[in-house]
Amino acid sequence: MAPAFLLILIFTVYPVIFSFILSFQEVRGLEKSFVGLANYSRLFQDPVFYKSLLNTFQILIVQVPIMLFLSLLIAVGLHSSMLKGKAFFRISYFMPAITALVAASIVFMILLDEHFGLVNYLLSFVGIEPIPWLTTPFWAKVSVILVMTWRWTGYNMVIFLAGLQNIPSELYEAASIDGASKIKQFFMITIPQLKPVFIFTVVMSTIGTLQLFDEAFILTQGGPNNATMTITLYLYEAGFKFFDFGYASAIAYVLVIITAIISWVQMKLVGDD
Amino acid sequence: MIHSKKISSKVGIYCLLIAGVVLSIAPFYWMLVGSTLPSGEIFRLPPKLLPGDYLAKNFQSLNESLGFAKIFWNSLFIALVYTLLSTLISSMAGYAFAKFKFKGKNLLFFIILCTLMIPSQVTLIPLFEMMVTFNWLNTYQAIILPTLASPFAIYLMRQNMKSIPDSIIEASRVDGAGELKIFFTVIFPVTRPAMAAVAIFLFMSQWNSLLWPLITLNSKEMFTLPVALSSLIGMARIDYGQLMLGTTLSTIPIMIFFLLLQKHFISGILGGAVKE
Repeated sequence: MAPAFLLILIFTVYPVIFSFILSFQEVRGLEKSFVGLANYSRLFQDPVFYKSLLNTFQILIVQVPIMLFLSLLIAVGLHSSMLKGKAFFRISYFMPAITALVAASIVFMILLDEHFGLVNYLLSFVGIEPIPWLTTPFWAKVSVILVMTWRWTGYNMVIFLAGLQNIPSELYEAASIDGASKIKQFFMITIPQLKPVFIFTVVMSTIGTLQLFDEAFILTQGGPNNATMTITLYLYEAGFKFFDFGYASAIAYVLVIITAIISWVQMKLVGDD
Repeated sequence: MIHSKKISSKVGIYCLLIAGVVLSIAPFYWMLVGSTLPSGEIFRLPPKLLPGDYLAKNFQSLNESLGFAKIFWNSLFIALVYTLLSTLISSMAGYAFAKFKFKGKNLLFFIILCTLMIPSQVTLIPLFEMMVTFNWLNTYQAIILPTLASPFAIYLMRQNMKSIPDSIIEASRVDGAGELKIFFTVIFPVTRPAMAAVAIFLFMSQWNSLLWPLITLNSKEMFTLPVALSSLIGMARIDYGQLMLGTTLSTIPIMIFFLLLQKHFISGILGGAVKE
């Protein structure tokens, strides 16, 4: 208890406070000077920062619903009692989630190569022209979304599956006796019972996407033309490419505020209990 | 009529599920095959679907460009030490929060919940400055210490510890067991599944960690796998064969670790996170 708290105090609480102070300072080498809100006002006039915000939200809004829908679909499919080979399917779908994250991004970087990548090769069989996956703004974003979806769908599927298994079977038995159809049962029992699990996955996926770094860093380094620049990637560049610590801290605090607001809204929207 | 409809819908479900399995596994299989091919063969179309004989050569060049053995050791050492210590510390803290009454307990727990919500990126720059001050850049402790007390793990362990009946603990106290002894002989055995779940979670997050090691490690022989692999991409001429082997080798330990402990993973993570 004491060691844990001491560690949190030193390595989390102190940096969080210090970062806040830093966001009002300008750092030049070892010199620090107080500049008030200058970092923040600069931030709100910075087109790249706006772009990183916009990109992060575009990815969030497209990726999270698609992924969770797929996860839920597979989980419900696997849960249905008539299916054979459940263990095989479960492990197969979970495989991407245990692939090392950087490894997954690298593999897709190669697969999505415009001229020699396997994906375009396969698409050519159905008559689709080569897609410039990583070199054009639109497709670069699609690529990031693809990699994230590949990697995390199975992970969320397993969580849904565990949630489905926790629903007491008596509920379904009672419903069948009352003559409720399978579809009605799905909406009257499965969905409401799954709600806490669903909130959990939505909040976790949202927070994860807001902090998106690895996939964008490996696949495209934020390019082309900043199309996959995310908030965290921009923070990393400001802090550790340009050593603009004050500015980077301001970016970090905007991320904190956004995360807090979104988590709060999500909790309010979905949870009345 | 109804019967045949049922069969065809069943076939449909199977087809969709199998298509999904192919999509899930194919990139992974291709990565394995790629690690046995020379760089040029990886981009050959139509693709090679069977392993080649270039595995040893790829390993040799991977070892030459990265010092692979050392880097693999760095990753493994950091992840194992981190997982062991963090699981222990977080479990003890979780135990204290679940079963002890002390002054300021609610405030402390509130602080931990708050840090759970805060994106870790906000600590990057002060932490980096701290590491510079301590002269800790390029050290194991710089990677291990900052996230050693994981709020998520503490929270999960507290949720799990709460369901242990107080009477067992009371009984051991009456028998004269010290708090540490109680923790190791009474609490530890009953919460082992939860600890296994927490351990997998911590191991995976540390093994995959890129951003913080990228910032703190800049000498090549201290690199962890993710940092080393991402440095290979930055090279002017990428040797794809060695890159594929590197990604394969970085994935194997996490798979072994997961397969060893997987039974507990889902129930542990979910049980703690969702039920109150």
